[in-house]
Amino acid sequence: MNAAPMNTTVTTPVEREHALHLLHQMLRIRRFEARAAELYGAMKIRGFLHLYDGEEAVAVGVMEALTPDDNIVATYREHGHALARGISAGAIMAEMYGKQEGCARGRGGSMHLFDAATRFYGGNAIVGGCLPLAIGFALADKMRGQERITCCFFGDGAVAEGEFHESMNLAALWRLPVLFLCENNLYAMGTALERHQSVTDLTRKAASYDVPAAAVDGQDVLAVEAAARTAVAAVRSGAGPYFLECRTYRFRGHSAFDTELYRTKDEVEQWKQRDPIRLFIHLLMDEGLLSETDLAELERKVADEIEAAVAFAEAGTWEPVEDLERFVYSERRSP
Amino acid sequence: MSGNGQMVPMTYREAVREAMREAMRKDERVFLMGEDVGRYGGCFAVSKGLLQEFGPERVRDTPLSESAFVGAGIGAAMNGMRPIVEVMTVNFSLLAGDQILNNAATILHMSGGLFNVPLVIRMATGAGRQVAAQHSHSLEGWFAHIPGIKVITPATLEDARGMLWTALEDPDPVLIFEHASLYNMAGELPASAGPVDIDRARVRRSGADVSIITYGACLFKALEAAETLARDGIEADVVDLRTLRPLDDETFLASVAKTHRAVIVDEGWRSVGISAEVSARIMERAFYELDAPVERICSVEVPMPYARHLEQAALPQAETIVATVQRMVHAHV
Repeated sequence: MNAAPMNTTVTTPVEREHALHLLHQMLRIRRFEARAAELYGAMKIRGFLHLYDGEEAVAVGVMEALTPDDNIVATYREHGHALARGISAGAIMAEMYGKQEGCARGRGGSMHLFDAATRFYGGNAIVGGCLPLAIGFALADKMRGQERITCCFFGDGAVAEGEFHESMNLAALWRLPVLFLCENNLYAMGTALERHQSVTDLTRKAASYDVPAAAVDGQDVLAVEAAARTAVAAVRSGAGPYFLECRTYRFRGHSAFDTELYRTKDEVEQWKQRDPIRLFIHLLMDEGLLSETDLAELERKVADEIEAAVAFAEAGTWEPVEDLERFVYSERRSP
Repeated sequence: MSGNGQMVPMTYREAVREAMREAMRKDERVFLMGEDVGRYGGCFAVSKGLLQEFGPERVRDTPLSESAFVGAGIGAAMNGMRPIVEVMTVNFSLLAGDQILNNAATILHMSGGLFNVPLVIRMATGAGRQVAAQHSHSLEGWFAHIPGIKVITPATLEDARGMLWTALEDPDPVLIFEHASLYNMAGELPASAGPVDIDRARVRRSGADVSIITYGACLFKALEAAETLARDGIEADVVDLRTLRPLDDETFLASVAKTHRAVIVDEGWRSVGISAEVSARIMERAFYELDAPVERICSVEVPMPYARHLEQAALPQAETIVATVQRMVHAHV
């Protein structure tokens, strides 16, 4: 696979209400990331900041296919997943501000978002490090006869890590309910796929573990949702793991420090022609499911939500330094 | 130790096995996972027979995938189970170093206290069996460097039998280091032997002239040295640290306050090891109690050699402890 955008068309009939929901979710992520970038520039947010612009259709489409009871394990580029999963924008923004109202009390920051209510288990910033955790979540559920599945997000870079192969093997061997969700954005930081993989069709990796696999256009939210529903149904049926590759692209640099020497502006511009949000808006307008007024209304709603999130983070409080050494060990005994 | 008085002959290996058997009987969430723990019976035969009793779901053979199965233990622990993960030896645990340090030790903190990891990882440590430089090291001191985990080193049958259950009840990750040379150690335990604390060091022999502070298999070298010293009129207080993180400062500081001399015996390498940490704490908190500089007896700083005479020369020995203590006592009467 090369870096050229895929030319599949946006497909699948969709009901208006659901379509607007998907669009709303993608717009929330786009707006959130835009504000995060501004706030980083204003030095309100520090550390590493990995933005999700361009990949919104993946998190939004996949989350639609999961139930609230499923487990999510994600990467360090996970604001979109957290938002689509239902963690409040305010709690995420406050986390990035380092405030104690953040979803991890400001202990984790941008790369380590956690939430119990939505079963969102990080926010893991060691590439591939989240995969073994997903195996354990799924193992525990399987041993106790739970219905839920575990969805593990990781990038194309993680496919080169031993953890990917160890985890695929274990999940297949033990028929664990894991959805391996590969967000292939064509770069492991600045190293292009063809420069880090001997086999660039990542779905072929799954074959060596006898794991069913599919690839989908990650710029097409409906296609992602449909593929994820198929994958989730397969995993939930008890057949074992499933590997779904979403072929996508990040519009911004790897992190805030990226000068993007490894790719051309042309390439980025070409991919922006396949902006998942623009594509979806065009589709919905062509189908008569979305008007300019609807769009303006959605954008206003999103802007209000994100501004409220920023205000929440601004108004947040710093955890007292006296509490620094909390959460190294538990403050309660396990039940 | 309390008990009904009936003593049962037992090896260290059997004590660990009994502890695991009891844990799996008492708590359905407990399961054992690791390389060759099932059909093979454990590479040190510790889990022999458990597969037959508890079945392959709860005595789970894994592929040679330390990172994946240690990480799976973390995930399963976060999701309501109480896994015991066995890693064959401490040297192999480095393959799971990322999962131990970057996940097990950090998730509670990174999540702002939302998610704890009630995981137990057992592994063999230590030298003395001529298995050379990739199976013999004592890296428990490395792990003791890491906030967020607990590091325990059972040396006695009582601790091999009793520390596991307490570790399983702990809400946070506990690493248990079992010195491989102890598995065949035989003795007796009361039939009613049960859980013991994992918080406190213990004075294994009382004496007023010198504190020998140690843990793991070196405890027995220290006790042997203490017997030799006693014939020379020198009475040693032998402190078994038992837990390397968190260190129980109070017990060894109280011993030093009594004896005014301290020797630390540690099978780990000397530089930047647990012996350095114990020594520093004595300097910080008991400096004016000391009649002599703190001494350390550690492994010689080489990768562990195969040849028996070289391996033995690299390890702390009772004779070295005796000679060191005699020098300290006679130089500073």
